[in-house]
Amino acid sequence: MFVRVTHWITTLCFFALLISGAEIVVSHPRFYWGETGNVLTEPLFKIPIPSSRNLVPTGYGYVMPDQNGWSRALHFQTAWVLVLTGLLYVIVSLITEHLRKNLLPSKADLSWRNCVGVIAHHLRLEKPSEADASSYNVLQRITYLLVIFILFPSVIWTGLALSPAFDSAFPATVNLLGGRQSARTLHFFITLALVLFLLVHVVLVWRAGFINRTRAMITGQSSNREEVQ
Amino acid sequence: MTKLSRRKLITTGLAATAGISGLGVAAHLAQKYGLVPPDHGGLYGPGETLTYASMRLLTKHSLAREFSRSQISKRPLENEVAPFSEEFKRFQAAKFADWRLTVDGMVARPTSFSVDQLKSYPSQSQITEVVCEEGWSYVAEWNGVPMSHILDLVGAHPQAKYVFYFSIEPDWWESMDMADALHPQTFLTYGMNGSELPVGNGGPLRVRLPRQLGYKSVKFINRLIVTDDVKKFGKGLGSVSPEGGYAWYAGI
Repeated sequence: MFVRVTHWITTLCFFALLISGAEIVVSHPRFYWGETGNVLTEPLFKIPIPSSRNLVPTGYGYVMPDQNGWSRALHFQTAWVLVLTGLLYVIVSLITEHLRKNLLPSKADLSWRNCVGVIAHHLRLEKPSEADASSYNVLQRITYLLVIFILFPSVIWTGLALSPAFDSAFPATVNLLGGRQSARTLHFFITLALVLFLLVHVVLVWRAGFINRTRAMITGQSSNREEVQ
Repeated sequence: MTKLSRRKLITTGLAATAGISGLGVAAHLAQKYGLVPPDHGGLYGPGETLTYASMRLLTKHSLAREFSRSQISKRPLENEVAPFSEEFKRFQAAKFADWRLTVDGMVARPTSFSVDQLKSYPSQSQITEVVCEEGWSYVAEWNGVPMSHILDLVGAHPQAKYVFYFSIEPDWWESMDMADALHPQTFLTYGMNGSELPVGNGGPLRVRLPRQLGYKSVKFINRLIVTDDVKKFGKGLGSVSPEGGYAWYAGI
């Protein structure tokens, strides 16, 4: 059950972070590499949208409404909820062996034959089999592990690197990333990777039967009344 | 109701009670050790409080990153400000010769300093980054006198909890706690990159608080008030920032 609860808390947090993060980007839709960057320096790239600040020359003749106040407050408060939920998830996953049993691929899962089989199955756009409803296949396991143990920690790391106070206590947080503006740009790209995961995730759930699978993720019951998690 | 669900109910109840009393104890301790920011109320109060409390515990004595001379930005950005008031323009026309910094509140000797007087104290410099909440940043060398030096001169009371600082321009004031006010990198700056602090960057006098975002480094400073009571100022949230939806503590 904790998997389902933490899944939906994370979902809510992700959307709140995405919307508030986008609002913050609107106040300066330019990205840089290195330590410093501002309207006097050459950007790595720009997002061609109007800005919510006068300072940024966007080529549009108008300034969007400034939403940074509540966006920042929501962003950081939600980040707290997400980080605490994530910690709880990892701790409980270790205790209940959810991690070992359901996410770590077994030797058999990782065999060449099995991997090719699962990939071919996906490429042929076949409907998932009955077994897929109660256990994750090898691609799911690897993807979920990547999201949980690489993408989320990276997005938290690059986010923390943008905190001047945190950087004063742990300068390596930002220095290892090549500077403050690099950290900001990486934060943006890791977010895009998470959005990409979300899109693929939803499409695959859709193909597996959206209503049925979503109900299962909420109630724990799949249509044939089996306990899923 | 099965036995299992009743047991679950009791455990959950106990856990909730323990959780709530734990929170109560935590809130009490946080208040006692100064871990609660003035803007702790409202929808986003819990987040602001968690952030401020954690950063106070983690960063009490940590130093903002300093950079080498070669990393100083070629062109320090002059962020836009509202059109100057007539009062400011008069000081500007007189080259800020009669600009005063008034320091009062919980101090033994309320004092008014001229910029030249401030310059007569041992000057210090730091090469730090100005970080805007919008996302941009630049590195500059800042010359000035540490806030702690001024607080020593005026004899700030040991019970004081905050230093409020005011721009000459209307509705522009902030405050910092004593951990930041006494921090060695908290400056009243009058110079930048080896010359006078340009008006565009906050001259004649600007606060530098490099462990927090740029909006805490208020420009055109002419007054400090040392106090133990945030309620006396504005809506009692510590500064104008929370009144406009921004965090009082901007170390993130």
